[in-house]
Amino acid sequence: MTMAPAKYLHIDRVCKSFTNGSKVTEVLSDIRLTIDKGEFVSIIGHSGCGKSTLLNLIAGLTDVTTGALKLEGREVNAPGPERAVVFQNHSLLPWLSVYDNVKLAVNKVFSGTKSRAQRHDWIMQNLDLVQMTHAADKRPGEISGGMRQRVGIARALSMEPKVLLLDEPFGALDALTRAHLQDAVMDIHARLGNTMIMITHDVDEAVLLADRIVMMTNGPAATIGEVLEVGIPRPRDRIALASQPDYVRAREAVLRFLYERHRFVEAAE
Amino acid sequence: MSVVALKKAPPPVKQAPAQVVPLPVAARSGQWLQKSVAWVVSSVLPPLVVLLVLLAIWQIAFSGPTAGLPTPTKVWAESSELILDPFFVYGSQDIGLGWRVLTSLERVAYGFGLAAIAGVLMGAVIGQSALMMRGFDPIFQVLRTVPPLAWLPISLAAFMDSRPSAIFVIFITAIWPIIINTAAGVRAIPQDYRNVAAVLRLNQVEFFWKIMVPSAAPYIFSGLRIGVGLSWLAIVAAEMLTGGVGIGFFIWDAWNSSRLTDIIVALIYIGVTGFVLDRMVGWLGAVISRGTAT
Repeated sequence: MTMAPAKYLHIDRVCKSFTNGSKVTEVLSDIRLTIDKGEFVSIIGHSGCGKSTLLNLIAGLTDVTTGALKLEGREVNAPGPERAVVFQNHSLLPWLSVYDNVKLAVNKVFSGTKSRAQRHDWIMQNLDLVQMTHAADKRPGEISGGMRQRVGIARALSMEPKVLLLDEPFGALDALTRAHLQDAVMDIHARLGNTMIMITHDVDEAVLLADRIVMMTNGPAATIGEVLEVGIPRPRDRIALASQPDYVRAREAVLRFLYERHRFVEAAE
Repeated sequence: MSVVALKKAPPPVKQAPAQVVPLPVAARSGQWLQKSVAWVVSSVLPPLVVLLVLLAIWQIAFSGPTAGLPTPTKVWAESSELILDPFFVYGSQDIGLGWRVLTSLERVAYGFGLAAIAGVLMGAVIGQSALMMRGFDPIFQVLRTVPPLAWLPISLAAFMDSRPSAIFVIFITAIWPIIINTAAGVRAIPQDYRNVAAVLRLNQVEFFWKIMVPSAAPYIFSGLRIGVGLSWLAIVAAEMLTGGVGIGFFIWDAWNSSRLTDIIVALIYIGVTGFVLDRMVGWLGAVISRGTAT
């Protein structure tokens, strides 16, 4: 994992604080992380530890207070399609059909480089990747939560992002649907080899999907507590993994971090 | 369309006379009949009964020899022509009420159309910024309470002509609810949609058409609906003062020549037209913002 000549995504001593009147709250403190191209990184931590804020910083939706964030050597200071986000609550536009939601992204990103027919093919290809071509003409209100999240993934992938950011994308789904979508994400990662960063609070999800798990300490002023390499070879199969020692060890390490060293205290907020 | 459907319907019934097809068809048409009868009884009958009762009370109340207002039968006897033929033309000033309503509607179309465009654009700009909202909102809240006719003298002084003045009065009356509602709708756009727009790097114009207008459509249309009602109120009043051909001036003219029955007919025209305008904008809003709610 050290063959990349330059650091692909480099988060260098990033701090983030929010100012509310005269009160300054430091949410993230001294975050240092380097992510290689094609890597799948999970970020895990208790709720309120600022993991979503970290993702927003990478997405460019929030500005860093101090420190620097660089993608391929270039400073990140605004959102853009090369860092596509799959949002927690799908964020599809309810007045557009599934097809038109993806089309909005494709037309914006590829209007200069792809012809109309090519764009149509590209939309269908991305919907096919998440197995949603059958509902292309339906509106988000007419499909299930899991399907909406699939379309959200298709929309993000259709931008051909350098980094795909997933903000607890399956948090609101039931366990079975979640397992399906995790498999879909693994499959897409294997096929396309994207760099993916996923926020999660689910230990199994983190271990199953990630090459590395970034564990955050509790806030305020949260930072990276530990980084765990998950050395499990791919493709991974959830059933076979359940009893595999590497998997069990990784899972235990994350659980120990979360529940022994950095137990969630109901902070006096 | 219904004619086509009627013509096409019989063949399947003929082709399968001994099968189950005829039975459900018969049952369904019976059901349809039952439903439409139920609809007439529940929705058409009550207002009709109330109307008849009110007309009867009116008839009885003003039947005395010293009554100041005409009775419904007298209105019909003296002004039935205005009701039966809305589009007669006997001379440049002697035309049917339909034509007069259309003339007034033309003015409303200009004034309200301008107010809709300007109001939505201004509302969009003001709704985007909390600072602008704080600055403008109190001023709008004061201006929107100014009655339409109070604008007329200023308008006449500025335009020095009755036609643009009437249109300006409509414009200035209708624009406030449109601005205020649009701004509220823009402020209510969920952060999620803004994030999507930010990631896609939509520019201002794309954001306006692809996110803002569809997302704020229910708010915009409730503003437009209030605005069109106010426009109609304003034009009738403004025409009474500025003259011309419209329905408002007709009432004033009828008053000056003591044709009370004509005024009553004109009032009915105004009411029905205002009702139709309101329903049209409401319907348009319902169609356009159909997909906005999740």
